[in-house]
Amino acid sequence: MTKTAMKPKSAPVSLPKCTTGIQGLDEITGGGLPKGRPTLVCGGAGCGKTLLGIEFLVRGAVLFDEPGVFLAFEETAEELAQNVRSLGFDLEDLIEKKKLAVDYIHVERSEIEETGEYDLEGLFIRLGHAIDSIGAKRVVLDTLETLFSGLSNDSILRSELRRLFRWLKQKGVTAIITAEKGNGSLTRHGLEEYVSDCVLLLDHRVEGQISTRRLRIVKYRGSSHGTNEFPFLIDEGGVSVFPITSLQLQHKASAERISTGVPALDAMLGGQGVYRGSSVLLSGTAGVGKTSLACHAANACCQRGERCLYIAFEESEAQLLRNMRSIGLDLEPWVKKGLLRFQVARPTMNGLEMHLASIHKQVEAFQPQLVIVDPITSFVSSGTAPEASSMMMRLVDYLKSREITALLTNLSHAGTVLEQSEVEISSLIDTWLLLRDIELNGERNRGLYILKSRGMPHSNQIREFLLTDQGVQLTEVYLGPEGVLTGSARLAQEAKEKATAVERSLEIERKRGELERRQQALEAQIAVLQLQFQTDKEEMERDITCEQAYLEKLEQGRHDMARSRKSDSNGHIVTPKKARK
Amino acid sequence: MKKEPHRNGHAVQKAEPKLWQLRLYIAGKTPKSVTAFENLKRICEEHLAGEYEIEVVDLIENPRLAQDDQIVAIPTLVRKLPEPIRKIIGDLSDTERTLVGLQLRSSTK
Repeated sequence: MTKTAMKPKSAPVSLPKCTTGIQGLDEITGGGLPKGRPTLVCGGAGCGKTLLGIEFLVRGAVLFDEPGVFLAFEETAEELAQNVRSLGFDLEDLIEKKKLAVDYIHVERSEIEETGEYDLEGLFIRLGHAIDSIGAKRVVLDTLETLFSGLSNDSILRSELRRLFRWLKQKGVTAIITAEKGNGSLTRHGLEEYVSDCVLLLDHRVEGQISTRRLRIVKYRGSSHGTNEFPFLIDEGGVSVFPITSLQLQHKASAERISTGVPALDAMLGGQGVYRGSSVLLSGTAGVGKTSLACHAANACCQRGERCLYIAFEESEAQLLRNMRSIGLDLEPWVKKGLLRFQVARPTMNGLEMHLASIHKQVEAFQPQLVIVDPITSFVSSGTAPEASSMMMRLVDYLKSREITALLTNLSHAGTVLEQSEVEISSLIDTWLLLRDIELNGERNRGLYILKSRGMPHSNQIREFLLTDQGVQLTEVYLGPEGVLTGSARLAQEAKEKATAVERSLEIERKRGELERRQQALEAQIAVLQLQFQTDKEEMERDITCEQAYLEKLEQGRHDMARSRKSDSNGHIVTPKKARK
Repeated sequence: MKKEPHRNGHAVQKAEPKLWQLRLYIAGKTPKSVTAFENLKRICEEHLAGEYEIEVVDLIENPRLAQDDQIVAIPTLVRKLPEPIRKIIGDLSDTERTLVGLQLRSSTK
């Protein structure tokens, strides 16, 4: 039963795919490029076509043991090897191991005269020879279109190209053909007519002096694919494509709670801190202590023996460490132990994608349990706000999917609504702490409250946030008729309350004395009354005894009288009769 | 243009090397390559009688050789000598263009 239920799931994978091994590309293509078919990669100059091709071959050779042929029309093998060495690809080594063959095809128009009929059999033979010599499964033709500038007979070229693609399919190799983007068409010479299975479009745009590379799957016959433009980047590790959002919301939700590093804050959050793997946003205006709070969280994380990645955009590592020492937080031992790692960069150094990629990379390499981004607002300066928010969404999604707790700080500008994050990611945030300054009586103090915290009871009260030389401390604020009291106003209020308290205790003392005195007075009165009662009682008893003695005497007299009269009846029986008589 | 055959061009005239080294790349005995070879032979006999040498390379037998002379199209005629190297692609059916290609006639004519 279960087996039949499982079957439909695997059935749609009908089109065999060739895993490229390029980070992210396999994800958005649903498994890779169409196996045994040519794929067209087009784009403008310098958009990374050649590199994508090279990486496709290198990954294939290294990861999947699929040898590849690179047919270069623009660069010689030596130039190519040199160019990609900076990306960590050692082409010479692969060539030596027979995992890769590079053939440089050069067609110089000035050297060539065309006379009559010809075909491109030479190209076929060279390619075929290269494929056969190493048993290649992958082929890259970069850039085939240069043939159009070398040879003038278009009709021959076109028919030969059509034959070439057919031939490649017959050979069963997965091929990438790169082509320059044309005006209003995907390629300058209309190659998309021939390669119709899969077309990728690369783009390199500069906005606000920061460049972003993007990749789009224009078509992919017989396969579902993401249709969005996906940002990608080229760095020292090659090409990485990033899906804009992970399409599923299937993060595991841990019930484990972790400390924020400030016990009073943990107490506010239901007494246990935040959930592991949740996203925490700290927002506030400049100088309210966002970084300090973040550093506490980092400290707590390291104390648990977990790793923390701190991405700082505003301060250098040394500066951060020094500043934290001033509030009694020494993070340096954690750095030395390798539990805390700083990644410091100016936000404008890279485009957003580059930032995201470098975070990805660091996370993959360092495997932290906590990632701090301080502040996320910096991303806005390296891109537009919507881009920054989409990037944050991806970052938060990514961290959540790996059950990494994210702590993000957000710098609100004075005058903006505090309950609004600059990059509009509030909906992604599980726990949102707001730090605000409270101006009162000519001074500025800090207040902290929890704007929201999903899935846990939390305090709704504002706390005063103090940066002491023992770190961050939270104290209750005074909510008086004049509003929230903080800082010296709070101290004054405290003093006032203390004075009142002293006064009160004196009053109590006084009242207690009075009570005692009253009790004593009452007791004295009771003693007097008791004495009087005693006297009265004694007097009464004396009277009673007298009366009794009299009665006894009277009885005695009667008795004696009866005896003298020789009465035989009992005295006391006859007595009543006599009494009646 | 020398009409007399000179097997040893160097010996006869120092300034102008007489030996024409021509290499024709083909891929199997296709009609095109056969035509090309015939056309080449005819042109050489007409214009370079005795001064030329033709080497026919069949890439199906020696695919490796295609790389050295950057052969893409078939058939390709490569003028190895005299330098500079010239390439003429096609079946050489256009004699005028072949002569231009071999620089036996200037293209402006």
